[in-house]
Amino acid sequence: MAAPRHRRRGFSRRVQYGLFAGYVIAIVGVMLAIGLLMLSRFDPRAFNTLRGVVVDAGAVFTGLGRAGIRSGNEAGEVFDAYVAAGSQNAALKMELAKQRRAVIGAKIVAAENARLKRLVRLSEHLPRPILSARLIGSTPTGQRRFAILSAGTAEGVRPSMAVRSPEGLIGRVFENGIFASRVLLLTDGETAVPVKVVRNGLAALATGQGDGTMEIRALIAGGRAFRRGDLAVTSGTGGVYAPNIPVAVVTEVRGDRAVARPLADPSRADFAAVYPIFQAAITDLPAQPKP
Amino acid sequence: MISRRANPYAVQPPLRTVLVPILSTLAGSAMGFLPVIATEPIVPPCGLMMLLAWRLLRPEMWPPWAALPLGFADDLISGHYLGTSMILWTIAFLVLEWVDQVLVWRDGWIEWGIASVALVLIVFGAWLLSQPASSLTSMFTILPQSIGAILLFPAVLRLTASLDRWRLRR
Repeated sequence: MAAPRHRRRGFSRRVQYGLFAGYVIAIVGVMLAIGLLMLSRFDPRAFNTLRGVVVDAGAVFTGLGRAGIRSGNEAGEVFDAYVAAGSQNAALKMELAKQRRAVIGAKIVAAENARLKRLVRLSEHLPRPILSARLIGSTPTGQRRFAILSAGTAEGVRPSMAVRSPEGLIGRVFENGIFASRVLLLTDGETAVPVKVVRNGLAALATGQGDGTMEIRALIAGGRAFRRGDLAVTSGTGGVYAPNIPVAVVTEVRGDRAVARPLADPSRADFAAVYPIFQAAITDLPAQPKP
Repeated sequence: MISRRANPYAVQPPLRTVLVPILSTLAGSAMGFLPVIATEPIVPPCGLMMLLAWRLLRPEMWPPWAALPLGFADDLISGHYLGTSMILWTIAFLVLEWVDQVLVWRDGWIEWGIASVALVLIVFGAWLLSQPASSLTSMFTILPQSIGAILLFPAVLRLTASLDRWRLRR
């Protein structure tokens, strides 16, 4: 088929001017959009209210859909539980007996730990969670990795608060609506978490790679610092994240860098706890400048 | 682009004619509200696909600046920096104007080809513009999304065509 010739200018001045005006508006609009892009790159908090309203509006739809998906999953699990229920029951009873012995052992260790801590007067000021809320969605079409949390400014959630699940760190709050907020996931390119390797206490920096993994770089140069299976936990350096939250496990070593997989899977975690911004206790005050 | 107000004999089109393309494109953008928690971009950019399908099906329907407000809505939904889709979509419209003048022959395959090139370039552009300065994100994270979008595009074009038939029915 021959291509249709729309936008044919003809002899009408009115049509010619109309077409031209359309192009002019488009090009001016692109210029304005470039300005908007610059503004929001240098000041990510710009237009926070507008973006918050959209997060809220989206959370209404996402929350409804999420409830449906969850009930579907639960129905599947109920059916699944009836298959091989007898043998599973026996196996679980054996497991329970084993775990009971382990729990008794753990209780003894915990008591011993508390006694020793009292002995050395070691007190920990770890922050307590503000609330726990559901993760209801994410931005699956976009190039950034955000999850939607079903709590916002009305519940006291503020940007840069840490979000974690029982398995480990999920990310930090990026922007708020009134009753929903966007969480910057660990795998986003903007994330940078100060971590330490549990095996040798080495300080490192974990950054997201956008494809479900993180890259860990040692802060000290040289040597092969990482091994496969190393656990990285937050070090608490620089604030924001409280220390000793599990972050990721090393899956691949590339020279002095390592690729790691986050421990907490946000798609599995139903609930996530929001922690206030961590501020390390100041041990010695900076010296006063001499007048 | 011929203004209707100038012609007193023209019949005013019903609101449906104008609203259906806009609302369907917004609905495509709203696929970002899907209740899945993805650790990498897996859902194709449906808003962009709807936009391109409408543009290829009815080249004369939208002026080139119509991509600005639609891109603004998409930016707000997808969490990109404001302006990302506004820039890319409007430039795509301007380039398509030029392509319309150059092409002398077109059929379904050519339209699919045009749309594929546009989809890959715009998804790549969105990746480029939306990454923060110190990001280590690999370029290949856009691969599954782009392939899905290219393969799904004929289906979206069919959907748009049936919407168009319903829109213009008397």
